[in-house]
Amino acid sequence: MKIDQQLISRLEQLTRLELTEAEKFRLEGDLNNILAMVERLQSLDTTGVEPLAYINDEGENTWREDEVQNQADREEALKNAPDRDEHYFRTLKVIDL
Amino acid sequence: MKSYAKLSDIQADLRAGQITCRQLVAFYLEQIAATKHLNAYIEVYADEALQRAQSLDERYATDPASAGRLYGMVISIKDVICYKDHQVTGGSHILEGFTSLFSATAVERLLAEGAIIIGRTNCDEFAMGSTNETSYYGPTKNAADPSRIPGGSSGGAAVAVQAGTCLAALGSDTGGSVRQPAAFCGVIGLKPTYGRISRHGLLAYGSSFDQIGVFSHSIQDAALLLEIMAGADEYDSTAGRRPVPAYSQRLSFDRRARIAYLPEALEHPSLDPGVRQACLQFLEKLTGAGHIVEPVSFEWLDYIIPAYYVLTTAEASSNLARYDGIRYGYRSADAHNLEAAYRKSRSEGFGAEAKRRIMLGAFVLSAGYYDAYYAKAQQVRRLIRDTTLDILSKYDFIFMPTAPNVAWPLGETIDDPVAMYLADIFTVQANMAGIPAIALPAGNHPDNGLPIGVQLMGAPFEEEALLAFSKQIVP
Repeated sequence: MKIDQQLISRLEQLTRLELTEAEKFRLEGDLNNILAMVERLQSLDTTGVEPLAYINDEGENTWREDEVQNQADREEALKNAPDRDEHYFRTLKVIDL
Repeated sequence: MKSYAKLSDIQADLRAGQITCRQLVAFYLEQIAATKHLNAYIEVYADEALQRAQSLDERYATDPASAGRLYGMVISIKDVICYKDHQVTGGSHILEGFTSLFSATAVERLLAEGAIIIGRTNCDEFAMGSTNETSYYGPTKNAADPSRIPGGSSGGAAVAVQAGTCLAALGSDTGGSVRQPAAFCGVIGLKPTYGRISRHGLLAYGSSFDQIGVFSHSIQDAALLLEIMAGADEYDSTAGRRPVPAYSQRLSFDRRARIAYLPEALEHPSLDPGVRQACLQFLEKLTGAGHIVEPVSFEWLDYIIPAYYVLTTAEASSNLARYDGIRYGYRSADAHNLEAAYRKSRSEGFGAEAKRRIMLGAFVLSAGYYDAYYAKAQQVRRLIRDTTLDILSKYDFIFMPTAPNVAWPLGETIDDPVAMYLADIFTVQANMAGIPAIALPAGNHPDNGLPIGVQLMGAPFEEEALLAFSKQIVP
């Protein structure tokens, strides 16, 4: 597998990152080096091995009653906002007309 | 004031009226000021810690039991652990100025027992790094040699304890981020079983790996802190529901232990000869004490790091998607529509290592590559986990070096991420398998005198035996 600039552009889109030309160039090298290390996995035969996703297998799911709890009040919730008005978070324009 | 190595000594002096908690905090604040050049703390809660100490002293004077089991415990928290009404930034520009609305469960439980939080410590950005150099707030330096890294990602936490600026520190360990800096700084570092301590209030990096851990000078303190923080939590459904033993009361180990060591690890080409020597001496000491020490082959050693970086970057790219500059965190002033606000805020807010891992994680999860990378790594994780648990069904502990070398000079791996990743080879296994592990000081390197750490791993939720056995080695 080889990472090229076309794939990096696609990854920028997926990750909502916007890299400088220098960053992109650097990243191409880094990702190719990392993938060369990761390539080792392909040599293992894992046929029939169930992928492991959950580490703590104590069995059942943990349930609770569907009741409202652990709420932040509005002022608390808004206090870290980069931009806000009295009641809401303010964002930038969603649709350019 | 003398420097203390364990809480029981502090509490004895508090009881005898030789010191007050306020004097103790003042002492630690002096130590922090004297070691400021090490850059271990991002923020120090000086006034608040002094006030809290005073009110605990007053409470103790009226009713000693009301001051809590951690009366006299002055502790720092890594900058990825939430503390209500205090900042938490994950060592990142993107969260600069962010104030937490709640405390992590671990922090709540420590406070309820009278602990004093003295500050938040520096770390690699979102705990991504093995050197503490990816922090937006500058690298932390090793107190044993300030031209060298302290290790990472909980480097500030390790140095905070190493330099005597607090009695203990909370860190987090996703692939060795407590144990490796503990080894590089000559202190004890405990990573409990995955889910033993709730992750509620721990900034997420790799959710199926992350675990809060402890730095201390004594096994007793590590055991007591674990006992207080561990256990089920309604805010984290992955937290283990098993009862929590009174670890600090069960530190005697009076049988012969069966210890497996992996020849692949001790013969690994990356292992420094001086570190290897320390490992062999450690094993000889165990044999000499009557324990059974046997080689057990582990064929997956060189697959651990590749699988780990696929899985954790995938989890990181998902977890870090929340930092979008809308409801909290850094927002770029340059953006003129919503889409650009996401892109520019994230690009200006994240550092190079975070971006690298987000991009790699997005790649291994993307259509066309998911099966070849992500699913494959999950399969390899099962092989590693099953083999590790199989060894631990026949042996009490697995022995490993903590790191292949001692702390290296600042800047040495900054341009070579692969070299930095590979240095996690001996710590990642415990996170891949979800098992508890502890880094113990094992002397100093014969050539440069820097601290060396060895590591013991135990079966899931068997911290009791791991701590009791460690206590025999580090009394």
